[in-house]
Amino acid sequence: MRFERRERQPLLLILATPLIAVIAALALSGVLIALAGAPVFEAYWNIVKGAFGSRLSTTETLTRAIPLMLTGLAAAIAFRAKLWNIGAEGQLYIGAITVCAISSQFLSGLPSFIQIPILLICGAIAGMILLLIPLWLRLRFSVDEVVTTLLLNFVAILFVSMLIDTVLKDPLAFGWPQSLPVADEAMLPRVLTRSRLHIGLFIAMALAIIIYLIQTRTVFGLQSRAAGLNPEAAVFAGVPLARTLVLVAMISGGFAGLAGAVEVMGVQGYVTTELSPGFGYSGIVVAMLANLNPIGVILAALFIAAMFVGADGMSRVMEIPTYIADVTVALSLLSMLVAIFFTQYRIRR
Amino acid sequence: MNEIIDILSSAGLWAAVLRIATPLIFGTLGALLCERAGVLNLGIEGIMTFGAMIGWLAVFNGADLWTGILIAAISGGVFGLLHALFTVTLGLSQHVSGLGVTLFASSFSYYIFRLLVPVAGTPPTIEAFQPIDVPGLSSLPFFGPAFFTQTPPTYLAIVLAFILAYIIFKTPMGLAIRMTGENPHAAEAQGINPIVIRYGCVIFGSALMAIGGAFLTLSAFNSFFPTMVQGRGWICIALVVFASWRPSHALLGALLFAFFDGFQFRLQTVLSGVVPYQVFLMIPYILSITALAVMARRARVPQALMQPFRRGER
Amino acid sequence: MTENALEISGVSKRFGDNLANDNISLSLAKGEIVALLGENGAGKTTLMNILFGHYVPDSGKVSVMGAELPQGKPREAIRAGIGMVHQHFSLAPNLTVLENVITGTQGIWSLATDTKSARKKLIEISKRFGLIVDPDARLGDLSVGEQQRVEILKALYNDAQILVLDEPTAVLTNIEAEQMFSTLKDMAKQGLSLIFISHKLDEVMATADRIFVLRGGKSVAERLVGDTNKSELAELMVGREVKRPVREASKPGNVILNASGVSVVKDGVERLKQADFHVREGEVLGIIGVSGNGQATLAQLLSGTAKRSKGSIALFGDEVGDLSVPDVVELGIGRIPEDRNHEGVIGEMAIWENAILERISEFSKNGLVDRTAGVKFADEVINAFDVRGATPTKRIRLLSGGNMQKLILGRNLLKQPKLLLAAQPARGLDEGAVAAVHERILNARKDGTGVILISEDLDEVLALADRIQAIVGGQLSPSVSAKDADARKMGLMMSGEWDDQEVGDEV
Repeated sequence: MRFERRERQPLLLILATPLIAVIAALALSGVLIALAGAPVFEAYWNIVKGAFGSRLSTTETLTRAIPLMLTGLAAAIAFRAKLWNIGAEGQLYIGAITVCAISSQFLSGLPSFIQIPILLICGAIAGMILLLIPLWLRLRFSVDEVVTTLLLNFVAILFVSMLIDTVLKDPLAFGWPQSLPVADEAMLPRVLTRSRLHIGLFIAMALAIIIYLIQTRTVFGLQSRAAGLNPEAAVFAGVPLARTLVLVAMISGGFAGLAGAVEVMGVQGYVTTELSPGFGYSGIVVAMLANLNPIGVILAALFIAAMFVGADGMSRVMEIPTYIADVTVALSLLSMLVAIFFTQYRIRR
Repeated sequence: MNEIIDILSSAGLWAAVLRIATPLIFGTLGALLCERAGVLNLGIEGIMTFGAMIGWLAVFNGADLWTGILIAAISGGVFGLLHALFTVTLGLSQHVSGLGVTLFASSFSYYIFRLLVPVAGTPPTIEAFQPIDVPGLSSLPFFGPAFFTQTPPTYLAIVLAFILAYIIFKTPMGLAIRMTGENPHAAEAQGINPIVIRYGCVIFGSALMAIGGAFLTLSAFNSFFPTMVQGRGWICIALVVFASWRPSHALLGALLFAFFDGFQFRLQTVLSGVVPYQVFLMIPYILSITALAVMARRARVPQALMQPFRRGER
Repeated sequence: MTENALEISGVSKRFGDNLANDNISLSLAKGEIVALLGENGAGKTTLMNILFGHYVPDSGKVSVMGAELPQGKPREAIRAGIGMVHQHFSLAPNLTVLENVITGTQGIWSLATDTKSARKKLIEISKRFGLIVDPDARLGDLSVGEQQRVEILKALYNDAQILVLDEPTAVLTNIEAEQMFSTLKDMAKQGLSLIFISHKLDEVMATADRIFVLRGGKSVAERLVGDTNKSELAELMVGREVKRPVREASKPGNVILNASGVSVVKDGVERLKQADFHVREGEVLGIIGVSGNGQATLAQLLSGTAKRSKGSIALFGDEVGDLSVPDVVELGIGRIPEDRNHEGVIGEMAIWENAILERISEFSKNGLVDRTAGVKFADEVINAFDVRGATPTKRIRLLSGGNMQKLILGRNLLKQPKLLLAAQPARGLDEGAVAAVHERILNARKDGTGVILISEDLDEVLALADRIQAIVGGQLSPSVSAKDADARKMGLMMSGEWDDQEVGDEV
């Protein structure tokens, strides 16, 4: 038996891969649910109910999808140029704390329409800077950015922890390590009353479309794809490799920073070290499930948000740990890898 | 200044250095073995977590400590098999596959742990490995308590570094592994099956990673809690580069690293209130990044690292 | 009749729709040198891979010393005494010579490598056959010729009785090649049997006892060396009359590129040393040399991907500073890279994207790619240059090597460059594609384009170039007129022996 490269990849197969991967992941997780002695289909039905069963749960799922869309975009953009940014988690935290710092220290009293754009941009810039460090190390010293971005996640979170313990500590939080809140004017407007769903949803979706257009229509999009697929040939064709990577890193890190800013300004209002339940890492899964397509990121983020929110709801009525959601998400990444492989190769004899 | 001398001259520091180094030695050796054969294994963080969980769980349910270690090793080998299936047989991106294994192995360990161990106020504990005095040497002043009253896995880790160094540089098997990591096609032309070698190294290397994880719950601490691995796996990946893919240097690197970690921990108590403790906690990660920047260009990377091997394709 | 050392009978192998080997039979006697002659794609390499157990044949069998060899087991092939010397060396640059040689020779489970006796055996063999190398040198530090010696030693160390050499001279200078062939003859005298694969008629005639000709996967002829001649072999190999394009005399015009005293330093090493060269309109300058002597750097310099550390370059009469790729393209310099797949194209991108990537500024406006114009341009290239099996939106990796090269040529020549840099433009192509590429280059020359042709293939250079310079260790020889050059003279030039006074064309 051996694998043979497919001459052409059927479009239908490419579109079906995420679906196949998700079904495979759900089937595998089903085995684990069964091992826990719980009825599998009831568990999944409860997850669906938990994610979409009521107005509240549906808006929660959408709210949860917002940072996932942004971190998913961050990963998708970077991976397409073969820049392995695994540091979205840290970039998200840095973006979040920057927003808190600037809003509480410098912008208090300014009206929303000024504060919100400034803060979103600042959050994004903070994320950019954090990713430019590992990129610089790669360009200057040939250090693999996978490991450095991973390590910087820990540094970033410790840095945030330090700030909310000291200079940015909220004195009214009864000694809890919690940052000063952002000003009320800095909170993103809600989309619906009696829900936490905020306009970050539209920001994220609009950005996904913009990125799609950039990737398919612009010189930069063409060049960054070339740089990712074959750097040597890209250089030969005159693609400014370092500049392209820097731009890619700025967009990627910027989006991850923005995810943190939006989560603070849309949902939490302040930063703790529990701000993100792994949005940065889940973003990698989102990007892979979307096959690195920015529009696909929207759908993949919704799926993963539904998994997490749904599993929360499910575990309230059944004896299954919510970690089943994390397991399913991880399994869907692994199944997606296999599924992508079989869009490119077929088995011969 | 006096405080620093006090810290350095306390046997407790040096005993702690060996303790802190142990999981790093296992993890680094495991990652090194995989990379020598040409496979980057970023599953390490998750595999260590799973090893920590399953080893602890086995002992919690009545197995003895060494059985716990063995079960951890086997579980690590299974995850290694998964990673090898993805990266060797299918030739998928070693980066993404490794991250996938990490995400899966860690979430799976939390799931099992939550499922089998009821939530309690204080986490349940086990009877962990006790330090063993090396006869004759442990009674030496300073050196005895510093270096010769460790738990058995620590001694095992140090011995293992030398064994692995011997295997890699002095045996036909080691030569076959190195050739596979440098040029799998050449290895095949010499009648070596690079696929078997890679599978073997990834499975065995992953087993070592899991033992490193199990050390955390069976010796360094006596309970399991999520996120306890704390990026140690990623630090090991950095240490492999720092060690230029040599087991003896890996041992030294892990010890050096543990020294800084143990030292900063003691310095914290001296400087508490002056410098926030988070600064000290950042040091290991920043140190790893620095080590990578210094060594990345100097080290002789195995030439076929991250290159999938497909028969007949060049 | 004595038993044949090797007997291949009725071997067939199919890849997809391609019948790579069609019922091939071949025999080799002890102490004999057999040449396997054929073009690229004739099935030589497939046959050797079957022989060596890398591929399993669909039918047929291989016997060594009368015993049938199990299929698909390289280890069994080694044990039976077959040693393979690959065209692309199967060596690990980070390991020592000794380590490279003894990998896989000792039981994998044994507790210690026996380096002592291994070293003794290696030194013995290298003395016996005159293949001297330092066993403890790091392989990556050796020259290409020395590396090939290691590759041969590796086979001999495994007690090979049958040595298979795949295009052994592809990377050697003429002098090195001559040395190697005398070593091979010596080995045959000592009782080894050798098969060597080649498409070079001269070396086949000079070295082999018997010649098998492969064409299109079939064995088309078997000749004793005394019963045949070069022209018969050429015809057998190609199977048809190949029209090599005729070079018409041209009158070179003004100097369009003049480089003097140019040096390039890369990674701390001076790869190009004080090079002087110039090209005129309507003239082909051939740069010959064994690969790895600075050709790549020279090509990079003119492609805009390397900067010079010393010297001056004048283009179209004006001194120029450091040039970037977009500068070079804009100035009207066409570039055919040495390595199609690594530098020339991006396999996973569409043909139209590959066609316009290097001149993106012409095909974009305000940062937006003009897809319509790009597709149109790709269509023009495809039609004008007969790129078969291509549509603009197809991924380029689906094209054959020859068609890929035609596309690369077309994307440059359609824009009528004033200067064309062609690095190994015909490497790895079959005869038909080679002729097409050469014809296009000569057409460009006729239209007044100055061409710099970097090539290892002396026939190609003789067919195309007006003047020739050799590059050795980063240094360029003075140019000689192609009329005065023959194979021997070029061979001497490629090994660094040239007369500093000789000048073929004065600026």
